[in-house]
Amino acid sequence: MSAELEISKDRAMPAGIEVERMFDPETDQETMTINMGPSHPSTHGVLRLVLELNGETVVRCTPHIGYLHTGIEKTMENLSYYKALVLTDREDYLSNLCNNLAYSLAVEKLLDVEIPIKGQYMRVLLNELERIASHMLWLGTHCLDIGAMSVFFYTWQDRDLILEIKEHLSGVRTKTSWICPGGLRGDSPTGWMARVKAFLDYFPRRIALYEGLLTNNPIWIERTRSIGALSAQQAITLGMAGPSLRASGVNFDLRKTNPYSSYEHFEFDVAVGQYGDVYDRYRVRMEELRQSLSLCHQSWKAIEKLGKSAPVRTSDRKIAPPPREELDTSMEALIHHFKLFTEGYHPPVGEAIGAVEGPRGEKAYYIVSDGSNKPYRVKIKGPSFYNLQALPTMCEGRMVADVVAMIGSIDIVLGDIDR
Amino acid sequence: MSAETNQPFVTASLNKLVNWARKNSLWPATFGLACCAIEMMASTDSRFDMSRFGSEAFRASPRQADVMIVSGRVCKKMAPVLRQVYDQMPDPKWVIAMGDCASNGGVFNNYAVVQGVDQIVPVDIYVPGCPPSPDALIHAVMELQKKIDKQRFSEKY
Amino acid sequence: MVDVDVRLGLSGSDLAIRERTFSGDLSSTGQTNLTAEDSAELRVLARANLASEVLISRRFRGQDFLTVRKEKICEILSVLKVSSETAYELVSDIFGNDLLGFGREPRFEVIYSLYSLKTFKRIVIKALVDEDSPEIDSVGEVYPCALWPEREIFDLFGISFNNHPDLRRILMPDDWVGHPLRKDFPLGGEEVEFSHNVRDQETVKQ
Repeated sequence: MSAELEISKDRAMPAGIEVERMFDPETDQETMTINMGPSHPSTHGVLRLVLELNGETVVRCTPHIGYLHTGIEKTMENLSYYKALVLTDREDYLSNLCNNLAYSLAVEKLLDVEIPIKGQYMRVLLNELERIASHMLWLGTHCLDIGAMSVFFYTWQDRDLILEIKEHLSGVRTKTSWICPGGLRGDSPTGWMARVKAFLDYFPRRIALYEGLLTNNPIWIERTRSIGALSAQQAITLGMAGPSLRASGVNFDLRKTNPYSSYEHFEFDVAVGQYGDVYDRYRVRMEELRQSLSLCHQSWKAIEKLGKSAPVRTSDRKIAPPPREELDTSMEALIHHFKLFTEGYHPPVGEAIGAVEGPRGEKAYYIVSDGSNKPYRVKIKGPSFYNLQALPTMCEGRMVADVVAMIGSIDIVLGDIDR
Repeated sequence: MSAETNQPFVTASLNKLVNWARKNSLWPATFGLACCAIEMMASTDSRFDMSRFGSEAFRASPRQADVMIVSGRVCKKMAPVLRQVYDQMPDPKWVIAMGDCASNGGVFNNYAVVQGVDQIVPVDIYVPGCPPSPDALIHAVMELQKKIDKQRFSEKY
Repeated sequence: MVDVDVRLGLSGSDLAIRERTFSGDLSSTGQTNLTAEDSAELRVLARANLASEVLISRRFRGQDFLTVRKEKICEILSVLKVSSETAYELVSDIFGNDLLGFGREPRFEVIYSLYSLKTFKRIVIKALVDEDSPEIDSVGEVYPCALWPEREIFDLFGISFNNHPDLRRILMPDDWVGHPLRKDFPLGGEEVEFSHNVRDQETVKQ
């Protein structure tokens, strides 16, 4: 097929599944090209896969991305540091607080500021809650793709509880922007800690419920075991990240290896798989839920111990706004407040990387500062981008019905891939 | 009236009857794009339960759908696909622009994002919010039902 | 310099800030020069006779940055990957940067952010690419996962990669003109009309 034809095929986009037959001279067999997506219920967004099939076997898989390219990096270059924060929420839309943290860490590194310990513990708590919420969504949609519909209804109930916790904290369900350069937007409101505690006490039996539904379920095992297996060396070579990398047996977790935001103060284990198949990825994420829960408990206790009056953001008024009460009495506070929200701060010339272990893997923000109040360049490292790159290696030679299981197992978010 | 036809019956204008049927079984086409798609899925889950309004049956095929919920930012590369999905839907069809990005581009006023999905397809209901909560989407569906109720079926078929 | 800033669309105050910050020396901002004593990477590269390829080596906020010539980028990366002292096996990210706003030559940087699973350290390697011949060797041989990020750089910056097996646009549509992340590419979008209420007030006055 000529290149020209290939391009014109891209332009006239079939919306569902369109079948095209062609003759493959190499194998001397008739192969069929199927277009999956970009509007497809189990591609987790607007991913488009062009699958070349020989019967039921995938001969070639070509992912096409960019259907959600939003120009976030370019837009951030045109906003001040404080305003650019809100775009980080909308980039990988299932790990908002982790994105906030990665961005804030990078900006704080540029500015060279320290965050009070309670702010750091709150960041840990919020990040781990976010991880639980993201894994709940992953589990629900992954099961839905494979055919276990009821799990979806259970997991979304639990996810909604976390969204309510976020709503109680900030007023919005998902895009809180609560973690900002300089600390947090504010301390937790009355009754919030009790609500978190209630959730933490309730959640373990839900994990047991999911494990009971799936872990030893023969249908589940049949659909997931030895599907899409990648060895440790393969996973490293493909640049994979997060639970998908750990499921292949690579013990790499930024929270352990390069602790940020006081993760070194807490005890937890890193879940590592063995075979790197869909089932191992599922087991790794389920174990991560338990570890996240334990981290939440520990950080919750640590925050309670510090008390209500401990600060959650830096006292440097050039970076974090003064408390609301001060504005009524202090002229200086008012000027700082005004300057901060109109002009913002000017980090020194240089580059900094803020990296966190998000639900999908290493989330890194690379910020170049030219000394003005706007970032000169922001590069967002999306772990899904690299995980998706591994999909052709995984599914070539496998059955077409397993492709959705493999897409689900690497937990891609298209906002993270296309940015 | 003879004994055979002595059954209970209701009279209604055909217009009312058709509108009643249409508005209570609005089947959305699955068109999840970005963040709002997550809230759209949340509106069908067990907590918000959009099936109370007859709209829980998301159809993967646009040929079986009545309403298209454009949930999220529409990028220039996605725009032809969106139009094609819309064209594949049978009449009568309606469009809900869910969220700021679908309504007017939202925070993404840049080269890649279509500044409002109404540049590509006719929109019936705009839902503000970034993202709108599932309640807001359910409210939009109810507003759409009101709108359908006022339509004459002979005008839109 | 002047027409560069016109292209960027900078206002007067922005320009003053830029001039102030770039004329000053870098040591005031907390950057230090690296030496072979405190950088294993420089030692490894020196052993492989590649030390002359490194143009600048800096440490800023605990992060090492090496700026290198683009000609031997594959060799530099493979040396850093296979050496047991550094062992940068995992690609964290590969991306581009346009230095037009800094007014520096060469204009582009291709940045390799690598991570070592042995020493748990991150290194940032920047290869300089000039505007007249925007091309660099693909590192797909060393890191197979670099192929997609290189397509992304080609798409968004217009830097082409030699020996890349499948170099075409990845994020933007195939018929797109221009490279959006270049600094002289406009942000685009629509202008926000704030005149709505103004017109209403005028009507009220009349």
